Amino acid sequence: MSRILSVAGRGIPLRGNDIDTDRIMPARFLKVVSFEGLEHHLFEDDRRTNRGQHPFGDMRYNDASILVVNANFGCGSSREHAPQGIVRAGIKAVIGESFSEIFLGNSSVLGLPCFSADHASIDKLQTLVETTPDVTIEASVETGAIKAGAISFTASMPASVRDAFLQGKWDPTMMLLDKFDDVRDVAGQLPYVTGF
Amino acid sequence: MADTLFHKVWNAHRVRTLQSGQTQLFVGLHLIHEVTSPQAFDMIRQHGWKVAFPERTVATIDHIVPTSSQRRPFLDVMAEEMTVALEKNCREFGIKLYTPDTAEQGIVHVIGPQLGLTQPGMTIVCGDSHTSTHGAFGAIAMGIGTSQVRDVLASQCLALEPLKVRRIDVNGKLSPGVYAKDVILTIIRKLGVQGGAGFAYEYGGTTVDRMSMDERMTMCNMSIEGAARAGYVNPDDTTFDYLKGRQYAPAGAAWDKAVAWWRSISSDKNASYDDRVSLDAPSIEPTVTWGINPGQSVGITERIPANADAEALAYMGFDASTPIRGTRIDVAFIGSCTNGRLSDIEEAARIVRGHTVAKHVKALMVPGSRAVAIEAEKRGLHQVFIDAGFEWRGAGCSMCLAMNPDKLEGRQVCASSSNRNFKGRQGSPTGRTLLMSPAMVAAAAIAGEVADVREMLEAVPA
Repeated sequence: MSRILSVAGRGIPLRGNDIDTDRIMPARFLKVVSFEGLEHHLFEDDRRTNRGQHPFGDMRYNDASILVVNANFGCGSSREHAPQGIVRAGIKAVIGESFSEIFLGNSSVLGLPCFSADHASIDKLQTLVETTPDVTIEASVETGAIKAGAISFTASMPASVRDAFLQGKWDPTMMLLDKFDDVRDVAGQLPYVTGF
Repeated sequence: MADTLFHKVWNAHRVRTLQSGQTQLFVGLHLIHEVTSPQAFDMIRQHGWKVAFPERTVATIDHIVPTSSQRRPFLDVMAEEMTVALEKNCREFGIKLYTPDTAEQGIVHVIGPQLGLTQPGMTIVCGDSHTSTHGAFGAIAMGIGTSQVRDVLASQCLALEPLKVRRIDVNGKLSPGVYAKDVILTIIRKLGVQGGAGFAYEYGGTTVDRMSMDERMTMCNMSIEGAARAGYVNPDDTTFDYLKGRQYAPAGAAWDKAVAWWRSISSDKNASYDDRVSLDAPSIEPTVTWGINPGQSVGITERIPANADAEALAYMGFDASTPIRGTRIDVAFIGSCTNGRLSDIEEAARIVRGHTVAKHVKALMVPGSRAVAIEAEKRGLHQVFIDAGFEWRGAGCSMCLAMNPDKLEGRQVCASSSNRNFKGRQGSPTGRTLLMSPAMVAAAAIAGEVADVREMLEAVPA
């Protein structure tokens, strides 16, 4: 597992608050036993109903790797299929006003940092990417500094998530298995585990 | 020191602080289903890991099961493949599975409590955001993703950040025709769909104290719709009475010890909270959503707000400042982990009895579990629905998220007792959902349009 110190790339702006995971990955595409190929169904219904007006159907953002969203992105269902589809579509970071906790947790485990910043900064960044799609966005996990063209602002993420990226410990299974005797000790002290 | 249930339970399950600063938390009960687990088992196999505590995971099949015929193999090839995968995974790793041919099968958040698996003081997780339901018993219960399902299988632990606690007091008596669903929709409307971010909601007050376990589950279920990852109610005699005698509940000498421990982990009277909110129950009306998130709702006598969100109005085809009452519906759906329990069916049956579903309405009654269906049938309730023109179906998640054949078509409007009115949620990319209580769905099914259930209740003996 590698350290994730910073991410740089072109942006893709997706405007709107409360974009839920049903919209990111409609439920019928969850009828699978693997995550492979989910990128093909990312925002499928929104793309269809918007008739080509959706950023994920817009050629200008084909090579984008940084998704720029608004508030409460990824709310609703806990389906990891949503961030899996995003990662498999080549997105390396998401910058937005705020994220649902479950989405942020699911994304972090996949090595996809989610940066939060105020509405005005995000709006400016979205406008910049819309007018200059080939601008490079640089996002530092370490400092939270976001830079693109003439724009710069500081974004944040939960400290423990940030540290996990910096230490290369964002996929926690090995850490959780590391001191397994401690786990048995805790289990052994829980009345409902021991039968009261 | 005075403390909340959340902190007491969290501390009892805390293993250590990880290098990242997150807490390693022990999971007491892990529930799994066919949609969010197959990839997790594959990851376990790829790494050559074992399932650490197979006896602390319980599986069922709910999301993709058809509710018309549950004969195997399912007609839907992918539904069958997912079912076979779960059967194989559970066999290989020694996990208890309730398949659709067992009397215990049903929606994971209905069967956990029903079997007595869900108990106070536990940490409970499942790859499903409505896991918050189990908080009704005084547990810390939350939804997780598939990689976290893998972590729990491998280690029985999660890497998590603690939540803050917001106490929500609801006081006073609910009017006839007003239910737990209306209370939680009102809370979400008031605090917003982003309002609970970073919080667990602790529900209390005289209204909640008087609620049955079914009603408390409805409240906790929808905590996530207000962005609170967990919601809970402190355990009390109502909780203990519900649990006593259930299959997995403690019995004999263990029962009294369990009750003593359960009482001890309740929030102390003088516990301090990160935030407090209170609501007046008598002021709550039957509530209906008009938009595309569960916070966009109004009381049945209110109009859609004048400043209503334009995107939501455009999607729904509604106008600002118009009444929600009288909105024509095409489909009525009673069921889901929010409102698919016996008391929901009983209450809807009171409304439906002796009436007929409007001609243009397709009405579905989908029990939350086979046990719920069997009990309802024993009481003859199925016949009440069938006589009125409802389809009485088998147990499953059904049209709440439409991963099985039960789907809206085109721009149909559905009066639904489920939890989410997101764009496309009920299976049609342009389908429209109006969330409301099961009794309100029953009233809408009969009237053919959104109606005020209180007027129909006046004619019904209590």
